[in-house]
Amino acid sequence: MILIVAEHAGGKLAKSTLEMVSAARGSGREGPVTLLVLGQDVAGVANEAAKYADQVLVGDSAAVAQYSPEVWAAAAAQIAQEGEASTVIIGGSRSGREYAPRVAVKLDAPYLEDAISLKADGDTLSAQRYTYLARVTETVQASGPVIVVTAKPGSFAPAEALSAAGEQYDIDLEVPAPRVTITGKTVEKTSRVALSEADVIVTGGRGVGNPENFGKYVEGLADSIGAGVGATRAVVDAGWRPYAEQVGQTGKTVQPKAYIALGVSGAVQHLSGMGKSKFIVAINKDAEAPIFKVADYGIVGDVNEIVPALIAASKG
Amino acid sequence: MKILTLVRQVPDAEARVKVTGTSVDLDGTTLVIDGMDEYGVEEALRLREAGAATEVVALAIGPKRSEDALRTALAMGADRAVHVETDERLDAVALSKVVAQIAQTEGASLILVGGQEADWDSQALGAATAERLGWPQLTWTNELKVEGDTVTGRHDVDEGNESFSAPLPAVVTTQQGLNEPRYPTLPNIMKAKKKELRKDSLDQYGVQASVRYVNAEIQSRARMNRMIDGKDAQAAAAELLNLLRNEAKVLA
Repeated sequence: MILIVAEHAGGKLAKSTLEMVSAARGSGREGPVTLLVLGQDVAGVANEAAKYADQVLVGDSAAVAQYSPEVWAAAAAQIAQEGEASTVIIGGSRSGREYAPRVAVKLDAPYLEDAISLKADGDTLSAQRYTYLARVTETVQASGPVIVVTAKPGSFAPAEALSAAGEQYDIDLEVPAPRVTITGKTVEKTSRVALSEADVIVTGGRGVGNPENFGKYVEGLADSIGAGVGATRAVVDAGWRPYAEQVGQTGKTVQPKAYIALGVSGAVQHLSGMGKSKFIVAINKDAEAPIFKVADYGIVGDVNEIVPALIAASKG
Repeated sequence: MKILTLVRQVPDAEARVKVTGTSVDLDGTTLVIDGMDEYGVEEALRLREAGAATEVVALAIGPKRSEDALRTALAMGADRAVHVETDERLDAVALSKVVAQIAQTEGASLILVGGQEADWDSQALGAATAERLGWPQLTWTNELKVEGDTVTGRHDVDEGNESFSAPLPAVVTTQQGLNEPRYPTLPNIMKAKKKELRKDSLDQYGVQASVRYVNAEIQSRARMNRMIDGKDAQAAAAELLNLLRNEAKVLA
């Protein structure tokens, strides 16, 4: 079987899960597509998952109520072994890339990290991935009875629902107690569309000037065109915006239909997180800013003047 | 407590990347110690200076030139270095076997490694090493404290950040924000030349690559680079909206 560890939050299946189903179906690897749902009180998520998979394994238990790399790795490895999985697919989220290597070591399996494509030939699996801050696409291969993969979010088209729902099975997990104690948590939520789901993203950099301008121009434009809001590392480090909005190497990777960068200079660390966007728009005072090199449409000008005009025109 | 801190040598972030044949060609490229690893070296030194650690050992696994990254770590203040020399490119799962063995023979209680490699973009080495050793791991850490056998701190997670507490031994992956790495001073660079830099051969660790690297291609997606005159804000805004709606068709 192809085992996919479902990603879900707030009682709903994440889009990344449907992307992983699509990656599995298109990979040519052997076996039924199986979704593993971990968590507590996850019946709703399991029912939704059944629409997309041949079968759903439900590990509904207090032991996996909270994500922990040691616990998730133990659960995924146990089920992969019991089900003789040919492939284990895990989300390429921060948490997924944190526990997937542990699963690979537990299974003594090769690990293909952050795949943007998957293709099997016999027992060999080829994957493409980005390296050198997304400036190079590399092809990697591994062979073996079981291979562990993480799928980069946004790289596979979300799967369509199947005509008949897959069977659901309850499973017993033997997982260790986590040794890391979480003593506090700050969840940064935004009322706007999530960056991973947004078709259009408006991102602000230091060039917007100050936090008030960020609110007026970046959020203002995002709200007028129904877009998500992103920020550069510099803006987050300066405390203007929450970490959840950070786009780049140490933040989120996004590939919306349109990415509108306001006052963003375009450091490679930032480009690596948004360079795959379909259309890139840059507005910056500095004509020499590297962001213009990757832009489809560029305006050399003051954000303070151009953006209010954009907001007005978009409403008109 | 002994700390093992991993260092890798990578191209400078702003350096041009070129591909020759099927792999990235680093000839003539400026190579530096991976910035994310540098935070690990700095943090190890601070823990030693605070009395929480007794020795800081820098480790590199890679070609001969990786020695430069180790010399940088020694010049920053690491006590000694181990270099497992190999020209083979090993994936993180294979590499973790070497790191875990060295951590065990050295009796290290804390391993520091960069959160994401600047060249291969992998985040896997810390987690794979932790699993080999049966240790807990904390990734993307931007605040760290060691008291007795307990490590506490703060790290980034999917939707924000968490404060944590975990028993040692442990693996911690480091990132920007954790500290400001010091520059090696000239006297320290001179002193570093006399510090121990042990050379190991990869053969003694019994590892085999599990991933093959078969091709590399530069991303050369053509962008339209269409510039709109920004002198008249109203006209520029109208033109941009028109292009987004009617040419790119990304706005309704």
